[in-house]
Amino acid sequence: MTTPTVTTAGPARRGGRLLWTPARVRSVQAETARATRLVLEVPGWAGHVPGQHLDVRLTAPDGYRAKRSYSVASGPEQPHVELIVERLPDGEVSPYLTQQLRVGDELEVRGPVGGWFVWHASLGGPLQLIAGGSGVVPFLSMLQHREAAGSDVPARLLYSARALPDVIGADRVAATDAGVTLVLTRQAPATWQGPTGRVDARLLHEHVVPPDARPQVFVCGPTGFVEAVADALLELGHPPERVKTERFGTGGGAT
Amino acid sequence: MTTSDMTADGTADEGPESRRLDGNAAAGPLRELFSVDIIAAACTCAHCGGTTALAEHVLYADAPALVLRCPSCTGVVLRYASAGGQARLDLTGARLLVLDLAHDGRPG
Amino acid sequence: MSLISRGFAGRARTTSSDRLPPGQYDAGGSFPVLTAGPTPRVDIGTWDFTVQGQVDEVARWSWQQFRALPREDVTTDIHCVTSWSKLDTRWQGVSLDTILGHVETAAEYVTVFSDGGYTTNLPLEDLTGGRAWVVDTYDEEPLAAEHGGPARLLVPHLYFWKSAKWVRGLALTSTDEPGFWETFGYHSYGDPWRSQRYAGD
Repeated sequence: MTTPTVTTAGPARRGGRLLWTPARVRSVQAETARATRLVLEVPGWAGHVPGQHLDVRLTAPDGYRAKRSYSVASGPEQPHVELIVERLPDGEVSPYLTQQLRVGDELEVRGPVGGWFVWHASLGGPLQLIAGGSGVVPFLSMLQHREAAGSDVPARLLYSARALPDVIGADRVAATDAGVTLVLTRQAPATWQGPTGRVDARLLHEHVVPPDARPQVFVCGPTGFVEAVADALLELGHPPERVKTERFGTGGGAT
Repeated sequence: MTTSDMTADGTADEGPESRRLDGNAAAGPLRELFSVDIIAAACTCAHCGGTTALAEHVLYADAPALVLRCPSCTGVVLRYASAGGQARLDLTGARLLVLDLAHDGRPG
Repeated sequence: MSLISRGFAGRARTTSSDRLPPGQYDAGGSFPVLTAGPTPRVDIGTWDFTVQGQVDEVARWSWQQFRALPREDVTTDIHCVTSWSKLDTRWQGVSLDTILGHVETAAEYVTVFSDGGYTTNLPLEDLTGGRAWVVDTYDEEPLAAEHGGPARLLVPHLYFWKSAKWVRGLALTSTDEPGFWETFGYHSYGDPWRSQRYAGD
């Protein structure tokens, strides 16, 4: 028998099945024109590892339910759990979370979940993060943690966004001492000096920690983005066991 | 590799590929059943013998169950659903799961 | 107990109609796509439809031969086990009565098989009597791959998982052999009006 290093009561306790629990909405803020930051108070939250998810469940008065999983945007050192939800045009859950939810509402959540696509300062580096769109969310948590922990692990973020106003986590991205490359894919200001267009092998070669530095690479974004980037990374010589991926969908049925 | 539906900005248009996720998205549902996170487990496919973390498997979530397929051979490795007060789990496609007990995602 | 989410209604849906089996809602204009695997890429040049298993001789139709068979228009309601229904869907294809008309068999069951490895089982009787078709047209357009094109089975009196997408043929059997969802505990018959979702329902 070993003694668990994290021993807490509440929904996120180590061991045991994970149950749905009500969280209270502390704040709802516009993050970008399409994304909203939700700050939640989750009673009994035992803390999370950057990269983990929180599942959210909505129930209609007739019992109809919809569930979605969101990466936690906040770092483990922050006092509350934060999600950043992008509104999908045909979505069912995201329009509710971004447009209807109010401060003081209760939301059923389950988490933290996911033990694969995670990074903690003790896991070392160098760390290479590659995000497409709202795929940057788990990396905001990792960067916050890296700084709060005083980690000297070298880190880089390559972040592909449509245009400057679509950048999620702009404060964190501007403040981090990690090397940041922002790629604008749809619209760039006339004065823009950074890269534009699709994230391809050439761009990855120029802006990503090279394979001989043995980086731990995390790629998160829409399925097509993640698979194209992961393929190009393997071509550039990154070993598959050091490239972790997480895809998110743009649709999703209710379950 | 299908990238035809991807717009240049790294956001996917609606299309078949947006329905293809990965095992990370099954972590929450599987915690309804398991007391530890099993998606970090290395899974040996009963069809082709390849070994990959369940998190790196291909997930089809828009079906009557979560269906995880082997990233090498696309064979079904795991099916899971909970409905009507029952949980159903099929692991016939998973020959072996190896789980690191030292930490379940947490620094230990 | 579960918390009701203030102001959450979910997708607009009708649940009260005598055309909706118990527990179903009307998906209205939307046509949800449920998929348990990659969408097969099908080459019409090598596509065929076969009836095999307990038959004297395997019957086979190429795409061209299949397209030349007598065709029927079908307007029907469909019911998915995940609780959506869609009313007055319009299809065109070939009746299984036409396809099975030449087949001599003592078999009582069928395993339907598809590109991509999907299977489903049902009594042979349920494919006859003007109750089942192989369809290649939806709403006057070629059936989209995400909905099972080039051709899928249509057995609207049973839950829609029996209406196999990307269908390639029938294997006739003397015993009821559970298919893809049936081995996962889904009902071997699947009558929506009797809520036969799971084995034992």
